[in-house]
Amino acid sequence: MLVFIVRRSMQSVVVLIAMSLIVFVGVYAIGNPIDILINPQADQLERERAIAALGLDKPLWEQYSTFLKGAVTGDLGRSFVHATPALPLILERMPATLELAFAAMLIAVTIGLPLGLWAGLRPHGFAGRTIMAGSILGFSLPTFWVGLMLIMVFSVMLGWLPSNGRGPTTLLFGLVPVSFLSLDGLAHLVLPAVNLALFKLALLVRLTRAGTRETLLTDYVKFARAKGLADSRVIGVHVLRNIMIPIVTVIGLEFGSVIAFAIVTESVFAWPGMGKLLIDSINLLDRPVIVSYLLVIVVLFILINLVVDIVYSALDPRVRIADARG
Amino acid sequence: MMAAPSPAAISPAPPPAATGPLRRVLVEFAEDPVAITGAVLLALIVLAALFAPWLSPQNPYDLAQLDVMDGKLPPGARSATGQLFWLGTDDQGRDMLSAILYGLRISLVVGAASTVIALALGLAVGLTAAYAGGRLESVLMRIVDIQLSFPAILIALILIAVLGQGTGKVIAALVTVQWAYYARTVRGAALVEKRKEYLEAARCLALSPLRIVLRHLLPNCMPPMIVVATVQVAAAIALEATLSFLGLGLPITEPSLGLLIANGYQYLLSGKYWISFFPGVALVLTIVSINLVADRLRDVLNPRLTR
Repeated sequence: MLVFIVRRSMQSVVVLIAMSLIVFVGVYAIGNPIDILINPQADQLERERAIAALGLDKPLWEQYSTFLKGAVTGDLGRSFVHATPALPLILERMPATLELAFAAMLIAVTIGLPLGLWAGLRPHGFAGRTIMAGSILGFSLPTFWVGLMLIMVFSVMLGWLPSNGRGPTTLLFGLVPVSFLSLDGLAHLVLPAVNLALFKLALLVRLTRAGTRETLLTDYVKFARAKGLADSRVIGVHVLRNIMIPIVTVIGLEFGSVIAFAIVTESVFAWPGMGKLLIDSINLLDRPVIVSYLLVIVVLFILINLVVDIVYSALDPRVRIADARG
Repeated sequence: MMAAPSPAAISPAPPPAATGPLRRVLVEFAEDPVAITGAVLLALIVLAALFAPWLSPQNPYDLAQLDVMDGKLPPGARSATGQLFWLGTDDQGRDMLSAILYGLRISLVVGAASTVIALALGLAVGLTAAYAGGRLESVLMRIVDIQLSFPAILIALILIAVLGQGTGKVIAALVTVQWAYYARTVRGAALVEKRKEYLEAARCLALSPLRIVLRHLLPNCMPPMIVVATVQVAAAIALEATLSFLGLGLPITEPSLGLLIANGYQYLLSGKYWISFFPGVALVLTIVSINLVADRLRDVLNPRLTR
């Protein structure tokens, strides 16, 4: 187990360094930030001072080594646009994104699992077919357009829910600002969370349905039925427990993708999270913020993957054994 | 497997000659009315996009045909000259129906082009890995694993941030996002096929590796690839629309459906829904119809579910 964790952690560090290099070189090679960041009416002296202040006159590798040194100490450079350190700028926005992602995942799981189970138990019934058709729709509808339609129906036409922003935030444990503790904040959270949840909901429905169908055909389920166990016990214990292993993994892995897709939802609903910050920064070529965002998200992803791998190997001994062998 | 199948059990198996595997797939595909609906819808959409210049009431990008006075008219309104705007007009006075037909072309071409390139790339990598095995295989598959652990949208955004914008760069981003799916799928299929006897026979005939891979391995790995490719075309179209909506996709000179939707976003809040709504409907119909076809293909081509 320990060998497994150490080996996976080492891989993670290699991925992180490679990503930082790719991202840095790439991002620092686009366009000419001098034209964008420095007032065109500035005289030559002012321009040179600004270039030196931003470190743009140094060779690329030197910029990178400065950046890497900073990264280790948690200093990822200063935002060109906001003139504040880039990392705190992103971390400040992180609670908003995480709240949205958790809310979306909660919706997806609480609705997706029962629907998928239902469709798996009665694959040829009307409800089962309807659920499957709905899941195809959930896959097919582009997130951003669904967001627009939610705004159109619930904000513009019905006027029930706000269309943008986060609403008032309350400090959770006196530390983290969250929206869901006040009624107005909750109202702001509903549309973006539903929007972000739809895709994962469809995925969970399909996954649960497929798992249920396959498990129902296994010998141990047939045997449980032959023993005369109640349907509720066969499904609740024999089926559900066995399909939970892959589903827990997918929920874990998909959490990262929810954070990534939050970029789109945040842009539609003007939700002040990390994703919206990223899009704004790409448009303004605010490179320290782009690089910092990407590194933060890579770290987040690597952590999620690592945790999921460890949980998975704890749940399913076969994974551990296979890894120890090869 | 039964030891001595009765004649009745054999009969559903494909009889020789007249009915090939393609015919079996088509017949089974047609058993599902939903899939037929999807296929017909998809065919209509592709035809509409193909014949856009002949079908659309106006050329939406010929400025001489536009009149700003016709701007933001609701669906069914008429212009001063009596032209009917079925789906309304945008802020420039452009007929939305025409804009959608032209936008559909761009979305479909970008989606299909990126899929074809990614498919070729993925096949090459996946088959090489499966056939060569050893160190090369583990390195290639590790790259695939790492890439697939990041969501497509994130990789596409990174690439656009790195490469800058433009049609070619969007296609490059879509290809980069997709190839790994093909590589993984084809490798999985190829590893199964590799163990079969016909491949052993081909090797015993001392055929060249290239010939074995292309003539023997590749055709037998195609069924799952067709399914993945169908799904990926839809995914690529959706991703391109998302990038364009975020303002990071295709340039304004090539207004795909995503760009049309983005253009209508600002008018949505004032109740002028049609500028965003109808391009979105076209986009959704395209993606849904492709996915319906893919869903049926998956059932038909999946050997595990074959009766």
